[in-house]
Amino acid sequence: MNVLANWWDLRSLANPVNGLLGWLRDKGWDEIAYIVSGSIGAAAIGLFLGVAMLALIWVERRVIARIQIRRGPNRVGPQGLLQPVADAIKLMQKESLTPRLGDKWVFWLAPLLLFIPTVLTLGVVPFGDGMTVADLNVGVLFIIAVGSVMPLVVFMAGWSSNNKYSLLGAMRTIAMVLSYELPAVISLLSVVVLTGSMQLGEIINFQKDHNTWNVFLLPLPFAIYLIASLAEIGRSPYDIAEAESEIVAGYHTEYSGMKFGLFYAVELANALIIGGLFAVFFFGGWWTYYLDVIIPSWVLFFVKMLLGYWLFVWARGTVPRLRIDQSLKFSWQFLVPMGLLNVVLVAFEVALWYQLDAPGIILAPFAVINWLLTAGLIVGYVRLLKLEHTQTPRRLTLTEDVGIVTHVPAPSAAGYSAAGGSPA
Amino acid sequence: MLGQWGHMGFLVVVGLSLPAVALVISFLLGLVKIRPKDPNAIKQDTYECGIEAEGSAWVQFHSGYYVFALLFVVFDIETVFLYPWAVALRQEKLFAFVDALLFIAILGVGYVYAWRKRAFEWR
Repeated sequence: MNVLANWWDLRSLANPVNGLLGWLRDKGWDEIAYIVSGSIGAAAIGLFLGVAMLALIWVERRVIARIQIRRGPNRVGPQGLLQPVADAIKLMQKESLTPRLGDKWVFWLAPLLLFIPTVLTLGVVPFGDGMTVADLNVGVLFIIAVGSVMPLVVFMAGWSSNNKYSLLGAMRTIAMVLSYELPAVISLLSVVVLTGSMQLGEIINFQKDHNTWNVFLLPLPFAIYLIASLAEIGRSPYDIAEAESEIVAGYHTEYSGMKFGLFYAVELANALIIGGLFAVFFFGGWWTYYLDVIIPSWVLFFVKMLLGYWLFVWARGTVPRLRIDQSLKFSWQFLVPMGLLNVVLVAFEVALWYQLDAPGIILAPFAVINWLLTAGLIVGYVRLLKLEHTQTPRRLTLTEDVGIVTHVPAPSAAGYSAAGGSPA
Repeated sequence: MLGQWGHMGFLVVVGLSLPAVALVISFLLGLVKIRPKDPNAIKQDTYECGIEAEGSAWVQFHSGYYVFALLFVVFDIETVFLYPWAVALRQEKLFAFVDALLFIAILGVGYVYAWRKRAFEWR
């Protein structure tokens, strides 16, 4: 962050805040400055989440509608923009039922605790140049740790409902999150190996200093993290935890009214945050090849965040749901070994880079090697396991169909009476 | 450094108050009779496709979930051990790389064992 920045320079919203804090510190009110800085950050994140969730409901419904060749909400307000507000008011007016046989305390506690992991993750995300509530030096580890709390809340909801569908959904969530946590952790390990820091601000600085986005150097971790994070937040195609065609609504079957609305909202918020983490880890965060000199850095970050979110909506609209055995096997037998091999590869490159004391331009051949090896690894691994075409059914010809039909023995009156007896 | 964690405390408050505000507004709407509150035995019954719920859901569960939890504990903790190594790699260079190679090889032995025992398949 530029120390000499003026407080009216809104390319980073940290500048006016720092102006205010500097003025408070000049007065000697250090404690007040600390409380004010924390409050501003917390209020900003709360406001951001509140506005973002209302906006995202609209984006999600409109995009899904377009994919499914419908119009989507377009009556309430211009282009249906006020539809989420109407939805929120409707949910608040609805009767909220508590199951008689459930655990009432835990049933109420689950939606209350639901937002804590989400908000804490936002705390380490740099929204712009210097716009972080707390740029922890163990940021990546913090995101992983806080993200693991989420299934706990989901399990509280599922268990306390005392409903078989809820419990099945909660159990599936645990299995899915546990299985896909590992590929996510391994792919982020590649990022940490390359950038040499767990601090999110430093990860962006590395990309800025070397004039590159991590996605150019780490195509495989990018793909793995995309798939794993989809599964971790339980969005389609990995939404078996709330598969409506099998287990009603999964862990929030018994929730109604505003409590259901909270479960719905946090899913959108999580998707948005994963979009933001994508931007930080693989697309340079707020830094965008000198564009951040003209355009405010936080605008660039929001654009990238929304693009990531839009990718998730796209996946939800187009990809069919996986079965639990398919998704677990895919994680353990494909994503985990791929990720570990990639960590070894990247570690070797970084070790070589520092051993040779080479200039940063060495990253360019590394990028080419990584892309080639990624393609080779995927093709080679699929060949090795003979994964291809195992699920494709044989196409039947017309004559075969007719042949099957003619060989079915027609039921005769004699056979019916001999086998059955009287139907009554 | 400690101050940053203090800021996280502010965020916990935000995380609690976001749903709390929504639930409190909902509660207040109930007080002024906009939101109905008319529970009865059928409404509060456990949902089970419209028929009466048979027994409790708190029963013994499929052990397949347990196997995946065990696998996760083993592999995830070993992977998290690699994070400090990843940060220190720039000082130790190729020496640290060979170290981690050995570590990942040991991890790989366990991985192959689990694969041969068909622990990765849902049964």
